[in-house]
Amino acid sequence: MRTADVVVIGGGPAGMSAAVAAKETGAEDVIIIERDDSLGGILKQCIHNGFGLHRFGQELTGPEYGEKYEKMVEDFNIEVLVNTAVTSLSDDRIVTCVSENGFVQIKAGAVVLAMGCRERTRGALNVPGDRPAGVITAGTAQKFVNIKGYMPGKEVVILGSGDIGLIMARRMTLEGAHIKAVCEIMEDSGGLTRNIVQCLNDFDIPLKLHHTVTKIHGRDRVCGVTVSAVDDNLQPIAGTEEYIECDTLMLSVGLIPENELTKEAGAEISLKTKGPVVDENKQTTVDGIFACGNVVKVHELVDFVSEEGEMAGRNAALFAMGRPFVQDNINQGKKHIPEKKGVKHLIQGDRKTVICTVCPRGCSITVNMLGDGTYDVQGNTCPRGEKYAIKEVTAPERTLTTIMCASNGQMVPVKTDRPVPYDKLFDCMRAVNEKTLELPIKLGDIIIKNIEGTGADLVCARTFNLR
Amino acid sequence: MYKAAIIGGGVIGAMVARRLSAYDMNIVILEKEQDVAMGQSKANSGIVHGGYDPLPGTLKAKLNIEGNKLMEQTCRELDVHFRRNGAMVVAFNDEEADGINELYERGIKNGCIGLEILNGEDVQKKEKHLSERVKTALYVPSSGVVCPYELTIEAIGNAMDNGAELLLNFEVDSIENRDGLYYIESADGRKIVSEYVINCAGLYSDKIAAMIGDNSFFITPRAGEYLLLDKEASYLTDMTIFRVPTKMGKGVLATKTVDGNILLGPTSIDREDKEDLSVTDSGLSFVKSKEAEFFDDVPLDKVITQFTGLRAHGNKGDFIINMPQKGFVNVAGIESPGLSSAPAIGVMVEEMLINDGLSARKKANYNPCRVPKKRFREYTQEEKSKLIIENPAYGRIVCRCEEVTEGEIVEAIHRQPGAVDVDGIKRRTRSGMGRCQGGFCLPPVVEILARELGVSPNEVNKKGSGSNILFGRVKGGKK
Repeated sequence: MRTADVVVIGGGPAGMSAAVAAKETGAEDVIIIERDDSLGGILKQCIHNGFGLHRFGQELTGPEYGEKYEKMVEDFNIEVLVNTAVTSLSDDRIVTCVSENGFVQIKAGAVVLAMGCRERTRGALNVPGDRPAGVITAGTAQKFVNIKGYMPGKEVVILGSGDIGLIMARRMTLEGAHIKAVCEIMEDSGGLTRNIVQCLNDFDIPLKLHHTVTKIHGRDRVCGVTVSAVDDNLQPIAGTEEYIECDTLMLSVGLIPENELTKEAGAEISLKTKGPVVDENKQTTVDGIFACGNVVKVHELVDFVSEEGEMAGRNAALFAMGRPFVQDNINQGKKHIPEKKGVKHLIQGDRKTVICTVCPRGCSITVNMLGDGTYDVQGNTCPRGEKYAIKEVTAPERTLTTIMCASNGQMVPVKTDRPVPYDKLFDCMRAVNEKTLELPIKLGDIIIKNIEGTGADLVCARTFNLR
Repeated sequence: MYKAAIIGGGVIGAMVARRLSAYDMNIVILEKEQDVAMGQSKANSGIVHGGYDPLPGTLKAKLNIEGNKLMEQTCRELDVHFRRNGAMVVAFNDEEADGINELYERGIKNGCIGLEILNGEDVQKKEKHLSERVKTALYVPSSGVVCPYELTIEAIGNAMDNGAELLLNFEVDSIENRDGLYYIESADGRKIVSEYVINCAGLYSDKIAAMIGDNSFFITPRAGEYLLLDKEASYLTDMTIFRVPTKMGKGVLATKTVDGNILLGPTSIDREDKEDLSVTDSGLSFVKSKEAEFFDDVPLDKVITQFTGLRAHGNKGDFIINMPQKGFVNVAGIESPGLSSAPAIGVMVEEMLINDGLSARKKANYNPCRVPKKRFREYTQEEKSKLIIENPAYGRIVCRCEEVTEGEIVEAIHRQPGAVDVDGIKRRTRSGMGRCQGGFCLPPVVEILARELGVSPNEVNKKGSGSNILFGRVKGGKK
């Protein structure tokens, strides 16, 4: 049987940062086991930006954020087993995994669980009606669009207004789909306010609060859904039914930590988070088995996942080396300001509200246009905020993130290197889709200079080597 | 020119085809969908009943008992999982207790073996999660569970191994009897000729019979709605738990499927439309309320899916198995205990044809056994390792919830009757049947289907024409 100091299960953001931290702490033999064909996890399909503001002080797309950690994994010479699935984990830290090369068993000094989460499905919601094709979770749809390059729907109703649903509403719209409505059963959206602005409001997509889907129609493919208002107990109100014709019902109704291995190893699961109970060292109730990221609880930002991964990785290394845990003092006393969520920050009326995206603080800024061509700006906490808010009200700009097809069929994430005028988004999309890429290509390579005369360059957001 | 044409690729058609494939003659199975097991054979309780319930002297009673006895061997030959998990019919009050006694007497008359009447304490010992309010129960040790679509697929595959043909998307539109031969035409204009016709068309068997002028019965679609729970809830019960039956059927039950999920249901409500497989709020609520009587705590947070099956309910009170005219056999109104009776129905139809003077010899090389399909998740590590060395595709896990490998998916496409759609893969391999309900495996399954069938992913569908998964390549939108 092979041995290793630290085995990390899962090569997404949590796993990569845990492995790097374990190596940095002094563990010699660190292995990441990943079931997909490359590192990155869900970041690979999260081609939108908004990642890394806390961690790297810059706004990155998912693939860019992932590549920073992939680079570290490579630089630290960490062994990565890809296309490899862990089939069992014992409480004495024997990891059994399977791949095309057969079975491998590894006796680990310490294990870090970083398997992430899965999406809640139609079945868990008990939505009545027909059972056709076209009912799809947002993450699966995202994989089809951003990784496989296929459209899973054209006329779409989205149930659930969490961030994944909002991001997919914009993504599908940019690719030519028509998002007919986003329904949210709660009285406000749980998604970030900036996502509501940039993913729904930008494209006039209606957000129906306190509404849910009460019936699915269509024998073969979805042909429509019935949407109903709900009362304060979240029960549908009779008489409020509305039929919306569509070919797709996209579900963004929550994530569930994936803890089959955790349970097998005998670690206690929290009824509240559905993830393992972990102590201040990120150790589960089983000695030497640590956990981090969305397998523990669903995190809001990947930046926090990385941070937790580091803690787990470091302590796993210390455990494997037989040394005492070190309390985390990097982040002591530092408290993250939670980003603003929902529509409640968007004050309706003649004064325009802007959620500043310059920094994670996300100030609610109101802008009042005065008669003399100047502006009364309230609510900002820095001069950059004032500038951003006036720009947003007068000539809004957005960073375009999308994918481009390479000649071998590979979908490559791309973005504009600076925001482009909002009015030019679809022109830029057309320019992107008229072009085919040749591989290899590196992150940051310029693909289209001065795209559509916007002054922005379209750049590659992930490195692809030729296979 | 065929000797026998079997209309309907459900479990009944499958069992009939399998028996007839033992003879040296051309037989064909006509199925209106693009896969087999698409009607009630894919959506029922999967129970192999003990045979205590049907009225003595009925075909239901006789074939249930015989079918139950045959099931074990049939499943062994077809490499289909079958488990005698036992059943209990539970009573909560004196009236129901009387019903239990009646069922016991009826069961003895029918020839049901091993029946026992248990008191509340014994019931608790057998299934500790059952409500303590259960006063008494009929214990049925011969009751079992089988996967109905697996049984159907493997039986048809076995018939095909022995030379039977399968015509898919063949919706029978007309049947003409000329000079002792049946001329059958499909909705898309294909024509075949056969000496015998066996009508196993389930919900549409009345329509098929009417094509030769037999209007002696009609079929009503009777819906049964179900909830399926995650395997994590499998502790709830090992046996099948029934209430005392009423005239609408056996009522809501709880069982552990042969694959280890808890299955709750069914309702029993007649519908207008033979294609209406929708699940309803009222139906699901009814099931939940009935289950709450069985168990103090039903883990409804473990529900992974809901579905509806339509029973082919006949108006004769019994199975309708007859020969209204020479060469034409009806096997209709096969509702519960139809699955349990299926192997015996196959034998009965075979005997009917022989008694009618079927002139065909048994094949010398007939093989009742199927080559076992690969079941990665059930193998030991040594067996798995060996398999991966032979074919690395068995080392690529596609469905993580049910541990299904790419090798098994490829096998499901190429092993007859081959899967042609996403649901076909699901029924053959269980990929997509687990707790994530295909969230992770749908994209790779679509890709593998496209690759193996030589089509574009756009052409891959869920369950037949019109149920496409994708709408072409991404190509950007317009404002």
